[in-house]
Amino acid sequence: MSQKTVIKAVRDAMLSEMRRDPDVFIMGEDIAHRGGVFLATDGFVGEFGEERVIDTPLAESSIAGIALGAAVNGKRPIAEIQFADFVWPAINQIVGETARVRYGTNGRKSAPLTVRVPYGGGVRGGLYHSQSIEVLFAHTPGLKVVAPATPYDAQGLLVSAIRDDDPVVFLEHKKTYRLVRGEVPDGDYSEPIGVADVKRQGGDITVITYGLMLHYVLQAAQALSEQDRVEALVMDLRTLRPLDRQSIAQAARHTGKVLLVQEDTPAVSVLSEVSAIIAEEAFYDLDAPVMRVGPPELPPMPFSPVQEAAFMPSPEKILAAMRKLAAT
Amino acid sequence: MTSSSASGDAALPDGLSDSDLLDMYRTMVLSRNLDERVWLLNRQGKAAIAASAQGHEAAQIGTIKALDPSRDHFLIYYRQFTAMLGLGTTPSELLSGFLAKKGEPMSGARQFPLHGAHPRVDLFSFSNVVATQLPHAVGVALADKMRGSDAVTIVFFGDGAASQGDTHEAMNFAGIHGLPVIFMCENNRYAISVPIHKQMPLESVAARASSYGFPGVSIDGTDMLAAYEAVSAAAQRARAGDGPTLVEANVERLLPHTTDDDHTRYRPGDDIESMKTRDPLAVTRNMLISRGLLSDAEAGQIEAEAKATVNAVTDEVDALPYPTTESMYEHLFAGSRSQ
Ligand SMILES: Cc1ncc(C[n+]2csc(CCOP(=O)(O)OP(=O)(O)O)c2C)c(N)n1
Repeated sequence: MSQKTVIKAVRDAMLSEMRRDPDVFIMGEDIAHRGGVFLATDGFVGEFGEERVIDTPLAESSIAGIALGAAVNGKRPIAEIQFADFVWPAINQIVGETARVRYGTNGRKSAPLTVRVPYGGGVRGGLYHSQSIEVLFAHTPGLKVVAPATPYDAQGLLVSAIRDDDPVVFLEHKKTYRLVRGEVPDGDYSEPIGVADVKRQGGDITVITYGLMLHYVLQAAQALSEQDRVEALVMDLRTLRPLDRQSIAQAARHTGKVLLVQEDTPAVSVLSEVSAIIAEEAFYDLDAPVMRVGPPELPPMPFSPVQEAAFMPSPEKILAAMRKLAAT
Repeated sequence: MTSSSASGDAALPDGLSDSDLLDMYRTMVLSRNLDERVWLLNRQGKAAIAASAQGHEAAQIGTIKALDPSRDHFLIYYRQFTAMLGLGTTPSELLSGFLAKKGEPMSGARQFPLHGAHPRVDLFSFSNVVATQLPHAVGVALADKMRGSDAVTIVFFGDGAASQGDTHEAMNFAGIHGLPVIFMCENNRYAISVPIHKQMPLESVAARASSYGFPGVSIDGTDMLAAYEAVSAAAQRARAGDGPTLVEANVERLLPHTTDDDHTRYRPGDDIESMKTRDPLAVTRNMLISRGLLSDAEAGQIEAEAKATVNAVTDEVDALPYPTTESMYEHLFAGSRSQ
């Protein structure tokens, strides 16, 4: 095991896969000699050369579309979108094209493509460097959507994404990149896509979340335990499509009280679907209505620090909601 | 540049024999007859939608004849009906797409006709979204270049598609990396109803190639030999590692955009009249006759054979069942069924 940050875990996953499989290559903006704006590919061009570490023109649709073409012709490309806020020009190629290749050819072609998308706020990114865009992909049959929160999950799930024979949108929360450190196994390892993970055991309330919010929830759960002696079970979804229905239902049944916490705006979101799953699978085991904590329904998110803080869910806001739920 | 080969007095291009020319003509005639039948089946309520290759036949048959179906990649859109036949798709396979019947080989009848992936040739069309195939083609060519393959990728698109951002992005990337790709624009001067002068301020799509650092050639698309020559040269360049070529085949769209369209609403009467003088079947037949390769009687014979084939496959495909609803759940992911 070694301690590393999320960004190091992302880098190590790509590094090991590129060393293992010569068909893996990466393309995106500023990823070669700059090493990516977040340094996810720092040093890659030196080891793998410009052939496998391709600085693309500033044109997101073609980053996804060309990666797709290479994927259907036997390669395993990793397409890096510099910021989630700039993925919109590529949506057509990802949601419209990539997701449907296997289905639309009745299984004749496949697209083993990983699209890496740094997303999320709380980084003073303003309206155009803070967005959570996961729901659009998570709504799309034919895509797998992964949103890890820890270095362990980031590395293990990115390895699985690259090895997957179908397209995976891999969401990396920018704020976790250097903020979150954790243990990661040293050898070759992977984590399965589609499986949620209980990050904290507890018998009083259940909190379901993903991404950066996992860390805020764990902080709040710790405070709740120390101050109120209330124990929260914390579930990290890790994969947003397909959702792990069974584990979600089990976690809901375990305490009968569920809080959903998200950074994305709540209306018609991933956690709306989780709420529906709980209603379908665990309704008779619930002791209270499902509660949600999320930002206001505004475009994410104001640049001004005071407004940004007010917009983002925080450990304090989450703790307050936990207390309210525990008391019902 | 217009080739003079259609006039019938020029030497045959390298690689083509007299019997090739006749085979190409036979495929064009079959294409025309099957295409007409599909429109009839639409009017009978049996084919939900059809686009047509009528007017594009010579350009398509000349183009594919210049390539190698055993190693090259073909990224088409909805109009490459003749190219499909020329690449060995059987008439009943093609027709089963229009009638959405069980066993349809491209997409299992999930998609519009001509969409999906071919069972024998690396030919595919993933979607209906105009111009998305150009970046795909560039990615296919990128993978070939990485592995040192000498395959060529050709991507077909229309003059309307030339306006899309994806077209620019794809050509730009292909130019930067010198990829083995041929951009084949079938310019029929209309994108549904929008005429070319409202699509672009230039006279020719091919003129844009210079902005991407590779050659562009504009040909008379009623001349199958001109198409053959232009694409042969482009393929040679690509295989030699000299990068992309943009070929623009100037063709006529003899029918409305699709079976759902009525082009008398927007095409001037004299335009509709004059396009008929550029019917590639008539042009090719005259060329073959003036080369002494075809008599009127033989032309009639070819026509009759095509009609007989089309009648037979119509009966055959009409009698096929539709796919089961069960099969709708297959192939979302590798080895899985959808929930
Ligand atoms: C992105 C997109 N916009 C609009 C359409 C609707 N549409 C289908 S074909 C077409 C015209 C295409 O014209 P062109 O590229 O010239 O090809 P042609 O049909 O003339 O061969 C349009 C507008 C579409 N399919 N995709």
